[in-house]
Amino acid sequence: MDSPPIESRCFEAKNLSCIRDDRVLFEGLNFKLSNHQVLLLEGKNGCGKTSLLRIICGFREQDAGEMLWCNTEIRDSLYFAEMAYVGHLDGVKKELTVLENLKMSLALGQQGSYSIDQALDKVHLAGYDDSLVQSLSAGQKRRLSLARLLITNNSLWVLDEPFTSIDKEGIKLIESLMHEHIAAGGMIILTSHHELVLHEADVQKINLSTCH
Amino acid sequence: MSAFFAVIRRDLILAFRRRAEIANPIFFFILIVTLFPLGVGANTQLLQAIAPGIIWVSALLAVMLSLDSLFRSDFDDGSLEQMLLSAHPLTVLVLAKIIAHWLVTGLPLLLVAPLLAVFLGLPEQALGTLLITLVLATPVLSLIGSIGVSLTVGLRRGGMILSLLVLPLYVPVLIFASNAVEMAGNGLAVDAQINILIAIFFISAVLAPLPAAAALKMSVS
Repeated sequence: MDSPPIESRCFEAKNLSCIRDDRVLFEGLNFKLSNHQVLLLEGKNGCGKTSLLRIICGFREQDAGEMLWCNTEIRDSLYFAEMAYVGHLDGVKKELTVLENLKMSLALGQQGSYSIDQALDKVHLAGYDDSLVQSLSAGQKRRLSLARLLITNNSLWVLDEPFTSIDKEGIKLIESLMHEHIAAGGMIILTSHHELVLHEADVQKINLSTCH
Repeated sequence: MSAFFAVIRRDLILAFRRRAEIANPIFFFILIVTLFPLGVGANTQLLQAIAPGIIWVSALLAVMLSLDSLFRSDFDDGSLEQMLLSAHPLTVLVLAKIIAHWLVTGLPLLLVAPLLAVFLGLPEQALGTLLITLVLATPVLSLIGSIGVSLTVGLRRGGMILSLLVLPLYVPVLIFASNAVEMAGNGLAVDAQINILIAIFFISAVLAPLPAAAALKMSVS
């Protein structure tokens, strides 16, 4: 099943900078992301990739600059209803079952194009509905948190190292999910040490080590 | 609204799956109260006189013991980040978490306290008042506590700071609640204390989730 096309959206960062413990991680960072585009953040460890993602998610205040969603400041727009984040922490409860976790995510967001069953099928977790998350492996947990992206309605995915603890087959799977999202008009901002294979996708790259 | 009930439901399921952890505060409450007669001797009059204080101080400490669990696991496993990102107002979700916390800690206290009051020889006419004060004031303990926890959840060892932050705010509740029970035991009117507790309850129900949500945002950043 193909997701319905996403309406025209854009995310724009103007002159962003981040200072941590008197160290300038990056400054004067500009980028613009529209439908069908991917932004890949590169750079060595500690260069501020995760900090930038946390700023994009609104967890951290930027030290300068602004972020716009469809030309409106993100906090005044529908940005948070249209973005989803998978970070270092899986954001799933280990004492709950797979199904209960996804239902909770659904309650916090809006129903997306996939039903829970379809999404579990998609991330190869079909049949695990009633397993407690603590009995899943690290890679399976990761895939579960990615299933969250599928069941909720969102046009921007923010992914922090989505390939951590995922096997080769899983990497292919995630790439195909990302591809599908992009093809449907979605946007992705991600960091990855893994060589990304996204054919026909419009991938912008920013190397944060050079942004100061 | 559905998110509000989903959070309560989720927290109740979690509490049920972590029964041992949840039983701790209530067990602690029963332990302190039952140790007092052993410590001060089986002097009926003395026990009667200090019963309201014993019950209320133990209830307060029991709730404080359970506070850390309010946001700790959500903070550790990233569920809190997801709540922050949701389009729902964080204050509503925080209020849902506080209600769930009260249901698993305050409510059991409410059920056990009358039994312990009889055990300590609290006069019968004070039992009703004890229940009313518990109904009004245990939610206040969860509400006020939520502010303290959300400020300290980002710290690895926030336990001591948490009690320093929260205890002074608990003192008025302790004073009015135990005083009301004591007065009722002596057959005096307790309207004033009850009214003040009602006022504290409403004020904290409306105001506590706001700073708690703001502090959670700070803790996550």
